[in-house]
Amino acid sequence: MTARLSPWLIAFTTLIYIFLAGPLVIVIGAALSDTTYLTFPPQGLTLHWFVRIFEIGAFRTTIVTSLQIAFLSTALALAIGIPAAYALNRYRIQLPAWLSTLFVLPILVPEIVLGFSLLRSVAAGMNAPIYASLLIGHTLIVLPYCVRVISASLSSFDFSVEEAAISLGSPPAKTFFTIVLPNVRSGVIAAFILAFITSINDVSTSIFLTGPGISTLPIQILAHVEQFFDPVIASVSVLLMFLTVAVMAIVERTLGLTFLAK
Amino acid sequence: MTQALEIRNLTAHYGTTKVLDDLSLSVGAGELVSLLGASGCGKTTTLRLVAGFLTPTNGTITLGGRDLTKLPAHKRDIGLVFQNYALFPHLSVMDNVAFGLKQRGLPAADRAARAGKMLERVGLSALADRLPGALSGGQKQRVALARALVIEPPLLMFDEPLSNLDAKLRIDMRVEIRQLQRANGTTSVYVTHDQEEAFSISDRVAIMHQGRIMQLDTPETLYQKPANAFVARFVGFENLIPMEVVRRNGDSVTARAPGGVELDFSAKRFPAIPEKFVLGTRPDGLTVTADPGAKGIPATLGLRTYLGRAYQYQCETEAGTLVANGSLAAPLAAGEKARLEPVPEQCCVLAVE
Repeated sequence: MTARLSPWLIAFTTLIYIFLAGPLVIVIGAALSDTTYLTFPPQGLTLHWFVRIFEIGAFRTTIVTSLQIAFLSTALALAIGIPAAYALNRYRIQLPAWLSTLFVLPILVPEIVLGFSLLRSVAAGMNAPIYASLLIGHTLIVLPYCVRVISASLSSFDFSVEEAAISLGSPPAKTFFTIVLPNVRSGVIAAFILAFITSINDVSTSIFLTGPGISTLPIQILAHVEQFFDPVIASVSVLLMFLTVAVMAIVERTLGLTFLAK
Repeated sequence: MTQALEIRNLTAHYGTTKVLDDLSLSVGAGELVSLLGASGCGKTTTLRLVAGFLTPTNGTITLGGRDLTKLPAHKRDIGLVFQNYALFPHLSVMDNVAFGLKQRGLPAADRAARAGKMLERVGLSALADRLPGALSGGQKQRVALARALVIEPPLLMFDEPLSNLDAKLRIDMRVEIRQLQRANGTTSVYVTHDQEEAFSISDRVAIMHQGRIMQLDTPETLYQKPANAFVARFVGFENLIPMEVVRRNGDSVTARAPGGVELDFSAKRFPAIPEKFVLGTRPDGLTVTADPGAKGIPATLGLRTYLGRAYQYQCETEAGTLVANGSLAAPLAAGEKARLEPVPEQCCVLAVE
């Protein structure tokens, strides 16, 4: 017997898909439009606006900066977040409960406030270079995602498995890499993806921390929109989208495969 | 290569709570000793201290003369079998078993050969390429056993290895564990809260309570001659009756129970009965008779429950509530007067505490 799907369910699901995919279709359409202003549906088809991105120097440099900052801040957050999540779960009984809450604080504070306070304390207060302040800011906003997601993964991990490995002669540090980490692989990948997307799309914190000569792509898009209304905004958004998807695919492939090969 | 385990004056704390109190225990080479007790009695703590996952506040642990006390866990060379199997979820059955050999730097071919042979011994050769997730509970525990045995450890430790299995499998597995342990002659420590399991599998059993060993003996001795009231209650001597010797007459000792009834004991069976002692009986060791002339402790019967092989009565006596089993042939009603006569063969004599 096959279950008959209710027509209402089909209609509802379709509407949700349209709601989710609609904006993407509009942006992609607008990016392909052969007009000098943003419009949808596109009038004529051209890839001109994609070429145009790279003719504008500010876009070229900010794409690189955004990718760098996203990779570095994600890597830093994982380097801090994985051991933190491990400790929070491994020693759950011994550690006070508020300690795990500590790691979500950065997302509880409105990002604008976080950006502003980082500007006051790190960028201005400590006179840190713009690049370093950006990196610190981004690491801070993506760290909670890393700790949370990896914690969720570790919460179902049975730590007696780790003890079994140690009892069989595997030193604790080695055990972490050969036994614990492979078993939270999906959590690490999910954390990477979430953190990367959060960083590369961030405006609120970055807007305070970018400065002369150094900016990120979303900030540059914002600056561009203030002056122009051409489809290059749409095309750069599409590019950002595809860059993110490409990075996700690469991470999924490489991180997934190296862990599996172990 | 089997070695004796020697635990001396081991004390351990969780924070400020003392969980192990000056515990000493010797396990002879090739012997299997169980640590038996309710949860929180310190049995698992003892095991984790020996494994090196906890640090004692005091005391020493030696294995075959080698001092383990300060050695990190991964250098102790102890085979561990966990309650929840603790198999490596991302490794095949074969790689699970070969893991310990890999840590010892064995070449891949030797690892495969030895792990393969071990899997054969536990009857799992056909499942070598499966992941642990695809195994049943019993199969998982066999893999865990193979993984611990394949490194040929001088000491094997089991932490409630069968409590996640169903009743039938539990009995099969404990026989299997005992056979493997015997065949290898591996010194073993076995932690369990299941009395039947401990008694059936062990050379000796340590009954633990509040971080101390109450008695360490063979199962037979524990079952028949408990050393104190705690152990007596633990092995089923539910009725503890305070007695007082009134007469000693050669081979016979007469003692008075609460309520004035005098009972005779054979000095041969119970040598050195003190002036005041506690008589321990199991429900089966108290005969219930409705005959008012019978020699026994007078009782008023209370609740009667059906056990299948007998009726069990809650009996109100001068010595408090006693539990006795009566024959199925003559059920007695609640409220009836009866006599409870201890069967000497099924009694134990304990010192007053």
